[in-house]
Amino acid sequence: MRSVSIIGIACTKFGERWDVSLRDMIAEAGVMAIEDAKITGDQIEALFVGNMSGGRFVEQEHIGALIADCAGLSRLHIPSTRVEAACASGGLALRQGVLAVASGYHDIVIAAGVEKMTDVSSGTAADALASAADREWECFFGATFPALYAMMAKLHMRRFGTTHDQMAQVAVKNHHHASFNPVAQYHMEVTIEDVDKSPMVADPLHVLDCSPISDGAAAVVLVPTETAKRFADTPIRIVASAQASDTLALHDRRDLTTLDATVHAARQAFAQAKIEPRQVDVAEVHDCFTIAEILAIEDLGFVEKGQGGPATEEGMTALGSLLPINTSGGLKACGHPVGATGIKQAYEIALQLRGEAGRRQVDEAEIGLTHNVGGSGGTALVHILSR
Amino acid sequence: MASGIVSYGVYIPRYRIRVDEIARVWGDGDEISESLRVFEKSVPDLDEDAVTIAVEAARNALQRCGANPDRIGAIYVGSESHPYAVKPTGTIVGEAICTSSDFTAADFEFACKAGTAAVQACLGLVSSKLIDLGLAIGADVSQGAPGDMLEYTAAAGGAAYLIGREDLAAEIEAFYSFTTDTPDFWRREGMPYPEHGGRFTGEPAYFKHVVSAAKGLMKKIGTTPDDYDYAVFHQPNGKFPVRVAKMLGFSTKQIEAGLVVPMIGNTYSASCLIGLAATLDVAKPGDRIFVTSFGSGAGSDAFSITVKEKIDEIRCAAPSVRDYIGDAEYLDYAMYAKHKGKLKV
Repeated sequence: MRSVSIIGIACTKFGERWDVSLRDMIAEAGVMAIEDAKITGDQIEALFVGNMSGGRFVEQEHIGALIADCAGLSRLHIPSTRVEAACASGGLALRQGVLAVASGYHDIVIAAGVEKMTDVSSGTAADALASAADREWECFFGATFPALYAMMAKLHMRRFGTTHDQMAQVAVKNHHHASFNPVAQYHMEVTIEDVDKSPMVADPLHVLDCSPISDGAAAVVLVPTETAKRFADTPIRIVASAQASDTLALHDRRDLTTLDATVHAARQAFAQAKIEPRQVDVAEVHDCFTIAEILAIEDLGFVEKGQGGPATEEGMTALGSLLPINTSGGLKACGHPVGATGIKQAYEIALQLRGEAGRRQVDEAEIGLTHNVGGSGGTALVHILSR
Repeated sequence: MASGIVSYGVYIPRYRIRVDEIARVWGDGDEISESLRVFEKSVPDLDEDAVTIAVEAARNALQRCGANPDRIGAIYVGSESHPYAVKPTGTIVGEAICTSSDFTAADFEFACKAGTAAVQACLGLVSSKLIDLGLAIGADVSQGAPGDMLEYTAAAGGAAYLIGREDLAAEIEAFYSFTTDTPDFWRREGMPYPEHGGRFTGEPAYFKHVVSAAKGLMKKIGTTPDDYDYAVFHQPNGKFPVRVAKMLGFSTKQIEAGLVVPMIGNTYSASCLIGLAATLDVAKPGDRIFVTSFGSGAGSDAFSITVKEKIDEIRCAAPSVRDYIGDAEYLDYAMYAKHKGKLKV
């Protein structure tokens, strides 16, 4: 297998993009990534795009052919594949791109992600997202994603003494980080009091504990590491790409306070990269809800199980500390266009490792990690990137 | 020759329901009224509709200046709750205020800005001397589906403006409109309640159109917010007009006099026309007023107005907006539901 590197990255503005369509956004991200990689469209050999539910959100399926067409590449007749793993669709597209290059099948591949979520009512969006849970055994009985994560939060609070203030601190931190990120959906800071006072969604999760509904797209260009220097001054190596699955329904899990898919993907990824969690300088983790970031930093091995709350409260995961988590603002404040999130995470880490993250730059970042989760943990992807 | 407002009159039904009372029924909590900055809204009586409200407002306008109704050459009524789908509101108003039959009439619909569109149409006919006086009215008994966010604000009220060339209480120096096809809010034929695009009604609809029209007018005539003593913006809730004023560089003090939505709710086609009336109720000769309406669908009309000496003569001859606001009788949700025809038997 060949080593794979990222030579081009792009991310559109995330948010309520009422002035553009899904195809506008994916074309924008694709063109910016190609320009960043200093390649031409004719050099692209394959496309992979993560998209969770174009069918529900914009009544458009067959996104693979669509993006090749929008990018002006239809005349090349290259393979273009849409992949789906709910909110982990972007991470899955990245992994498919990595495998395509690593295997030697292709030399220049684009991995992208896109979601256009604000063209439908919030009720329709919530129902489309609920299709990432077990429709027959969870949704039909009234569960929504906030409700499922609220159950995880409740048990975590009971078992480990985690407090809502500790969860709220995730939102406070990520909104602060997002205030430095030009592509983030939100640039406003929030306080623990703001989170507490925001309307309750599913006890103990308030509105400001939840990631928003967003539009956005992101893309990265992948090549074999052996040729990467020809294209980029600072190519970013993908030193690990791991994926794991688990039961779709939360109630079938071994433990409600651990995402085993994350644990297994992380274990594989650290073995591939031959590093320890403590060697990671910066990470983008899947904070679809504030409790999810606390679970993530535990399951990835950054802190002991049960210590995610206190670690967050003590500021260990904030910019300027030992392990800055979600410098982009995370799903919480950068926004969560579900299919794009996994690629945006790779964009953010590549930006950090290149030293181009501006006011949110992590000093001397050498190794970064991305963690993308589908549903309540039925799928998890972990990628480790290195300068 | 200058054209503008010869007289104005408003009407707001006496009945009110508190937003907290609606929130009590739907379990939305006390924070709704604070988040909307609307605390109560007007409710029509059982037999009140856009026609009766338009007539009351028109009578007040005529009473205020004492003009002979026979001088009126056009009656345009803007509403999104005309009682008839086919059969004009304007003809009923004309009959009720005893005009001759020597006038043209039509009903306008442009969501919440049909009233200012009627003002513009009258200005055209008056300025070109095709008619002597035009009567422009915005009147609504607006609809909000039970449990929908609109129910907290959808209110009832009307404002009538006599537009002419002589004896002006206020001159309309210029207007500018900004219009696009933006589906943020609509009601299909035969449907009892409107639908809306949630948060889409904000940035790409209200704010884009109000800001574009307001900036367009100030650019056209070379004015800035500092040139105005008062400003009135369409008031779908208590937050939007305050925010848009700030975005454009108007102060809270400039919009205070015309900000009536916290006490009466959103009167739709009458909303910014009642806000303008409340401002005329207190403005002094020489004061300048900046007005921008918004109608979903979507468009905004911006007006630059200067108050004339005549205002002091006519102001007290008809009830003021504050007179109507002060005369309130409160309903519980059950009586409100009956008044609004939400109970079907």
